[in-house]
Amino acid sequence: MKASNYFLKYYVKDLDVAGKEFAEAITLTGTKIETFEKLDKNLDKIIVVRINKIEKHPNADQLVICQVETGNGTLQIVTGAPNVYEGMLCPAVLVGGKVASSAHDSAEYPNGITIKDGKLRGVESHGMLCSISELGRPADLYGGADGIFDMSKINCKVGDDAIKVLHLDDTLYDFEITSNRIDCYSVIGIAREVSATFNKSFTMPKTTFTPSFKDNHYIEIEVKDKDLCPLFSTRFVRNIKIEDSPEWLQDSLRAVGIRPINNIVDITNFVMMEFGQPMHAYDYDTIRKKKIIVKRANNGDKFTTLDGQVRELDDSILTICDGEGAIGLGGIMGGENSMITSSCKNLLLEAASFNGTNIRLSSKKLGLRTEASNLFEKGLDPNNAIKAINRACALIEDLKCGEICEDFIYVYPEESKNINRNIEVSAKRINKLLGTNISPEEMKNILDKIDLKTDIDGDTLKINVPTIRKDILGYADIAEEVMRFYGYDKAGETIPNIKISPSSLSKQEIIENYAYEIATFNGFSEAMNYSFESKKVYDMLNLKADAFERNYIVIQNPLGEEFQIMRTQLVNGILKSLSTNYNRRLKSSKLFEIANIYLPKDKDIKVLPDERKTFILGGYGKDLDFYVFKGYAEEFLSKSHVCGKISFVKNENIDYMHPGRTADILVGDMKVGYLGEVHEIVTKNYNIGTRVYILQFDLESVIKSSDFVFKYHEISKYPKSDRDLSMTVPNDITADKIESVLIKNGGNLLESFELFDIYEGEQVKEGYKSIAYNLTFGSNDHSLTDEEVDTAINKIITALNSIGIELRK
Amino acid sequence: MINIEELKEKAIDSINNAKSLKDLEDIRVNYFGKKGEITSLMQHFKDMATEDRKKFGQIINDAKKSIDDLIKERCDSFNSLVLNEKLKKESIDVSLPAKKIGLGHLHPCTIVFNDVKNIFEKMGYSVVTGPEIEFDEYNFEKLNIEKGHPARDEQDTFYINEKVLLRTQTSPVQARVMEKGKLPICIISAGRVFRSDSVDATHSPTFHQIEGLVVDENISFTDLKGTLTTFAKSFFGEGIKTRFRPHHFPFTEPSAEMDVSCFKCGGKGCRFCKNEGWIEILGCGMVNPRVYELCGLDKDKCQGFAFGMGIERLALLKYEIDDMRLLYENDVRFLNQFD
Repeated sequence: MKASNYFLKYYVKDLDVAGKEFAEAITLTGTKIETFEKLDKNLDKIIVVRINKIEKHPNADQLVICQVETGNGTLQIVTGAPNVYEGMLCPAVLVGGKVASSAHDSAEYPNGITIKDGKLRGVESHGMLCSISELGRPADLYGGADGIFDMSKINCKVGDDAIKVLHLDDTLYDFEITSNRIDCYSVIGIAREVSATFNKSFTMPKTTFTPSFKDNHYIEIEVKDKDLCPLFSTRFVRNIKIEDSPEWLQDSLRAVGIRPINNIVDITNFVMMEFGQPMHAYDYDTIRKKKIIVKRANNGDKFTTLDGQVRELDDSILTICDGEGAIGLGGIMGGENSMITSSCKNLLLEAASFNGTNIRLSSKKLGLRTEASNLFEKGLDPNNAIKAINRACALIEDLKCGEICEDFIYVYPEESKNINRNIEVSAKRINKLLGTNISPEEMKNILDKIDLKTDIDGDTLKINVPTIRKDILGYADIAEEVMRFYGYDKAGETIPNIKISPSSLSKQEIIENYAYEIATFNGFSEAMNYSFESKKVYDMLNLKADAFERNYIVIQNPLGEEFQIMRTQLVNGILKSLSTNYNRRLKSSKLFEIANIYLPKDKDIKVLPDERKTFILGGYGKDLDFYVFKGYAEEFLSKSHVCGKISFVKNENIDYMHPGRTADILVGDMKVGYLGEVHEIVTKNYNIGTRVYILQFDLESVIKSSDFVFKYHEISKYPKSDRDLSMTVPNDITADKIESVLIKNGGNLLESFELFDIYEGEQVKEGYKSIAYNLTFGSNDHSLTDEEVDTAINKIITALNSIGIELRK
Repeated sequence: MINIEELKEKAIDSINNAKSLKDLEDIRVNYFGKKGEITSLMQHFKDMATEDRKKFGQIINDAKKSIDDLIKERCDSFNSLVLNEKLKKESIDVSLPAKKIGLGHLHPCTIVFNDVKNIFEKMGYSVVTGPEIEFDEYNFEKLNIEKGHPARDEQDTFYINEKVLLRTQTSPVQARVMEKGKLPICIISAGRVFRSDSVDATHSPTFHQIEGLVVDENISFTDLKGTLTTFAKSFFGEGIKTRFRPHHFPFTEPSAEMDVSCFKCGGKGCRFCKNEGWIEILGCGMVNPRVYELCGLDKDKCQGFAFGMGIERLALLKYEIDDMRLLYENDVRFLNQFD
């Protein structure tokens, strides 16, 4: 919402601060200033001059030599502009003064250009005649034509300060208005905040006028869809004189970026700025049968809006019709058929109120957002609309541009009537909420200033809330109003006095922390990927048509195909990220992510899906292989104190994984994750030219299988006994088979074992591999004798032999 | 007697002249070995009268101790020479490169999240989580954002169906906690949220929020200010100043935005703070009585505050990262800058 200092001063006459000081103060009472700009920030020493004489330049066809009168003598100024003429009044910057650079090179001179004495092609020039863009203003707000700005028709005289004449000694503020303060989408609303902030009196603009004639039949209004149109009001103005608005009105509009058109249009725009109420002006003589009907359109109706576009309507869109057909889209845009032209003689002014939600949906549906629809969709106050239409008439009277009819024809049904609310709140309650000690009198003073008329009855504040403040409903709203002007900064700072029950970390938090530790200690950095992705990734992952991952949740209104579905795995994100690094020529990268995957529980997502916290590690590069990742898996599970045997079972059926190098991770019988090498087809799809390993855990399963209640194991005081077993093993016997033999036959005395060598090759016979284990025997209650260890070893050897394993000598 | 003194002098002399550990060992054997000179003196011992024995014993023990101590001392000094020699030989070039340990790094958002969480946990807050795919009812309705409310448009929501959406804020967690009806409430909730913003340098359709909620019977606006100022000082530094500006959120009333004095220029105004001297950090306010009502709490009894902030925004500010896209690109050269 834009408003200029001049504009605000129409209502807060004594306002005496501007710029930064103003911005800071008004921001602290709740109307934040996004930006502000002094319109004359780059202008200095610019006066109105008259061109007395124009001569040709002896050395340049494009230039002329002007003798200009400054009110303090004459100056010679050379200009290249073709539109100068003798007798023209125009702005000139004197030597030593400054102009804004014109739009095309403004970046080059952000602080303007200082004008010096100089010679143009050998002829002296003492200053510069200015175009409007050299005064820092957009040319299209001043009729569009560039060239030297012609001030001949403007009320001014030679020697006047041109900046003042053109009202450029102004500051333009851009306010951030919060969605609850509909009243502040108007200059009056902001002015009221300004008056309360700076303690200056507020003057409401004149809304009264003297009518010229009577006619209680000028129009007949029928509102068929009252739910969409609480108020439809009109004023009739005849014998209008369409001409340019006075300078003050034009400049007020220009300051906020609105191009002046003619007096009637300018008045409706000005009142829209003042009151935040859009109005519409119809050419009265085009209204057929002098009838207005407000009703929903029929499906398939077509209508040409005043921008010349043909719009297709449906029965949710509200139309304004005359006796024969549509002449406007309520609250959005008028029709071509009833718009006012320069030949318009009589005027029907409309100020209405529409259902905000309907306007928003209709304007979305039509793809047509206008200044009017932007305001109406906030749900405007009918009472304010009536004030606004009367204000427009008062301006018509002031500008003497038409005769106003005394009769006011409108439809404002009783059930739609907005009336002031009276609310009662306790001052104590407000102080309790705020932690303050503000007296009821002080509260009343504050509330009165912002038009919340308050009476005090002991501790009770009785407040009359005007209809435009529909955000004020109860004590908390009143507390905020009091606090805003009492000063948020004046309230103290305390710490809540609250009984807190201490909480320890949940199992889930502990295990997540372990996941972070294991990952970072092992050199993995944390990646973050979006939760939504393209369904194409399931093809990239080589997933079969019936893979569970393809049962995903679809976003109805995604940002695009690439963000359409909620991910059911984290593999795509990690592969995509690894690919980014690989293709930026990084020799190795290790990444992890801890995030949710989303698994639907039902077809229509009537119940919330299963959000499973998942932990994935992925990497490529030197020193990485299946077994390194297996190590990470074991470390994580052991740190998480899982109960049950950890085992790794080959899984050849994960579509995106290498069928020979992938294993499920089990704790007891429960699968808690998997690991392995990514399938070559998939790494190719992701444009990665090397082997990639991943390890993924379903954290919920890990949490389920972990138990932090455990007791310490006694450490034996007696010496241990080590034996090495070196064996020749048929290739098809896996390590876990050997280990189960060791466990089964080693008895209580076998404390631990470790594979320390594995070899396939020349010295080993075809079809066999050589494997060596180190076995540790021990007991908690005595030193082992050689015989005891031998017995255990022999039992193991016999069992190994029975499955075809021989001992190497 | 003289005999022993002489023997001692002689022994000391030879110990002092010893050139190696072996010389010392020879000397030791020479005096204390089975046929050593001191040992053989001891042989005479048993033939002596009790009185002489006592006297002689004293003398011989003294001599024995002196010799023994000296041998030990010399041994130590030889040992340390040998050790020093060895250590000297083992000297290395400490300027050679380290063996890379290569610890991984946390994402800047996780770091900032942990920092914020730790501060509030120390103040006694518990961490609560909730679903990312959420019912409209919790994300909007129970937070006083009814159908057709402009805030629903501002937040541009991703919908799964009419009733289910991707949460646009972590506040639905607060609604779920309030619904349980147990006071006092003193929680933070954090996590991923989603808004339909196209990806650019300052927007991301996914980001993270951390929110807090304190509800009891007497929690006031000054408690809100005190709590958040304490937080800001712990997070940004003791010298930081806070400023509370009125604002509007449907679920709080009064509402505020908290700014902190620019930590780059100290509040004088610079490019970093767009010359304002202040940087917007979070939104907050007193929980709107309507929200208590919608969540089934007693609106006349309950009083408390809520606040919320964007993790990414804090991360961008803290590390002066100028493009949000870097956070989701996962280039390890970026990630490995943070610890």
